[in-house]
Amino acid sequence: MDVRSQISLVFHLDKCIGCHTCSVACKNVWTDREGTDYMWWNNVETKPGTGYPTKWEDQDSYKGGWKTDGEDLELRSTGKRKIIPNIFHNPSQPSLDDYYEPWTYDYSELFNAPEGDDQPVARPISMITGEPMEIEAGPNWDDDLGGSEIYAANDTNLEVLSEEQRQQMKAIERMVMFYLPRICNHCLNPACVASCPSGAMYKRGEDGIVLINQDRCRAWRSCISACPYKKTYYNWSTGKSEKCILCFPRLESGEAPACFHSCVGRIRYLGNVLYDADQIKEAALRPDDELVEAQRRMILDPNDPAVIEEASRCGIPEGVVDSAQKSPAYRFAKEWKLGLPLHVEYRTFPMLFYVPPLLPVMSISEGDLVRSDVDELFAEIEKARAPMGYLGKLFAAGNEGKVRYALRKQLAVRVWRRHVTVGDVSLEAATQGLTEADCTPEEADAIFKLTALSTWEDRFVIPPFQREMAMEMIADPHDHRSAAGFGFRDAPRRS
Amino acid sequence: MNDFVLFGVLPYVVMVVFFIVTIQRYRLKAFSYSSLSSQFLENQHHFWGSVPFHYGILVVLCGHVIGFLLPGTILSWNAEPLRLMLLEVTGIAFAVLTLVGLANIMIRRRTSALARRVTTSGDWIVYCLLLVQVLTGIGVAVFHGWGSSWFATNLTPWLWSLVKLSPDVTFVAALPLMVKAHVINAFLLIGFFPFTRLVHILVVPNPYLWRRTQVVIWNWDRTKVNNPD
Repeated sequence: MDVRSQISLVFHLDKCIGCHTCSVACKNVWTDREGTDYMWWNNVETKPGTGYPTKWEDQDSYKGGWKTDGEDLELRSTGKRKIIPNIFHNPSQPSLDDYYEPWTYDYSELFNAPEGDDQPVARPISMITGEPMEIEAGPNWDDDLGGSEIYAANDTNLEVLSEEQRQQMKAIERMVMFYLPRICNHCLNPACVASCPSGAMYKRGEDGIVLINQDRCRAWRSCISACPYKKTYYNWSTGKSEKCILCFPRLESGEAPACFHSCVGRIRYLGNVLYDADQIKEAALRPDDELVEAQRRMILDPNDPAVIEEASRCGIPEGVVDSAQKSPAYRFAKEWKLGLPLHVEYRTFPMLFYVPPLLPVMSISEGDLVRSDVDELFAEIEKARAPMGYLGKLFAAGNEGKVRYALRKQLAVRVWRRHVTVGDVSLEAATQGLTEADCTPEEADAIFKLTALSTWEDRFVIPPFQREMAMEMIADPHDHRSAAGFGFRDAPRRS
Repeated sequence: MNDFVLFGVLPYVVMVVFFIVTIQRYRLKAFSYSSLSSQFLENQHHFWGSVPFHYGILVVLCGHVIGFLLPGTILSWNAEPLRLMLLEVTGIAFAVLTLVGLANIMIRRRTSALARRVTTSGDWIVYCLLLVQVLTGIGVAVFHGWGSSWFATNLTPWLWSLVKLSPDVTFVAALPLMVKAHVINAFLLIGFFPFTRLVHILVVPNPYLWRRTQVVIWNWDRTKVNNPD
């Protein structure tokens, strides 16, 4: 067993209001530079929809992630075998058109326009060429267009639905949409790292954050094709790939990443989990419908004495094990089985888990009365606006059962809390609901508390990074006394 | 005298510049040590420039290197006229492929507004030197035939005399002007090499083929973190 610690994330989609505050916080901190102008390390897209970059889930064209024949894993894009003939022209690299051409406006035209009958306008100017341009796409171009023919209808996940189901989703009474915030998943089996010809990309051993060494990146761009989530981006100005760094400088000083900290709906949770790295390969070879379970098996119980002992042997400090025991990510993803990985069929094992949205269930009304019969409520999940097949394709590689389980449990918790706070649901009905959803009153209260009443400390359990100890192992502090500091190879002199 | 400066002194000046700047740039400006790809900005025309150019020039360059390292082998191969013809035609074919690629690269860099944005004057120096190099190369191949043979008898001994630090320019003194231009321009390219995008040739990612699939870097020693002593 090779126990490692991994920073793991949970986004509770039922709470996301699609305000894009996370995207803006990230943009202002990290990607407000030339060459990164089109990048959104954090973006929020509308589902059903085509997303960013457009139709990123269509791996027949983008060739992201891994494929397997059951015995071995291979990158869909340019792995070791395919890199040599394709090194001069990456055959599956997305280009600017797949994202959008970033623009600003020539605001001076508003002030300097000569007096006339017409209102002066500010023309859009390309942020790359500086020339006037026609805007054809932008970030969140299909924001909120859940039922639209030209955007939502092109969502590749709809392929699993029958023609009838798809038509139903367009009907005005059943029209549905929800928000899907996305950042780098800091995967356990990252395709980007595996594809990097220069070896510039790596996973940090102690917390699993995936980073790019900017000095070693040589602009081969393999990672951009290989990442199935399209979360590495090419900086056209520096010729380097860049990606979400999970705000590691903030994490190392005990702060939550910018997108987490700024989240208005408090949908985001962060904590470390312990996992067994020896299981990755075997797990990645499982058939699609077993992948969610295989990933859960990799995550170890941090309260199990055997795991704690093994973790200590594998060099995980006590403080890191302690924080794993309090991790909200562990509770959502493993203990409660509410958190599900996005598109686990890409076989990278994303460590960002989504609590699937309990979309507005069609109400059961009889005259003026809205009924809350538990049996019928569960039945209504099947008739929810977003077909189970669609959610299953997104969050469980087609295994609808995993999504159904998470939705039923969420609904049971709601009914239970209604019994506790409003009292118009009987104890019998509420407990029966919990039992059917594989939940107990204690667990339901814990889920309720972490979902609805959680504080900063509950949501973000940041493991101690042990920087002091780590530094002493890499460099002798006595050698560096009165030097420029550990972070610099050369003294920070001008020129 | 002029020949001595061009063929006996210039190569040494170029090589000194090449080695010092190449090494220093790698040490001090590792960040800049790559070719700035523009495929992201313009993805249609890119294929027709980059691919033929690189495959063409790789084959042509290999031919030159073999002529330098194994002149005897080339000469005995060329003893049969049919084999000589085969070698010459192959060389010209790949040179033309290189030219087509280079022309596409230059047209693309000129016409695409997005690609133009990331094209520097250094790039244009490289493109122009390469264009002269390929054109004179094709010129030599067409007008002064059987170059694979006389390269081995004239240029190889001269190059080896440079390597042995006793430059003997008599080997090249009588060569036609176009050949001389091709040789001088080659040294100019080597001289500009460390200052331009051409350095990407030196960081071709060979280790990728035998490294482990995943890369994990620890900021602490796993064996010591729980037992600091």
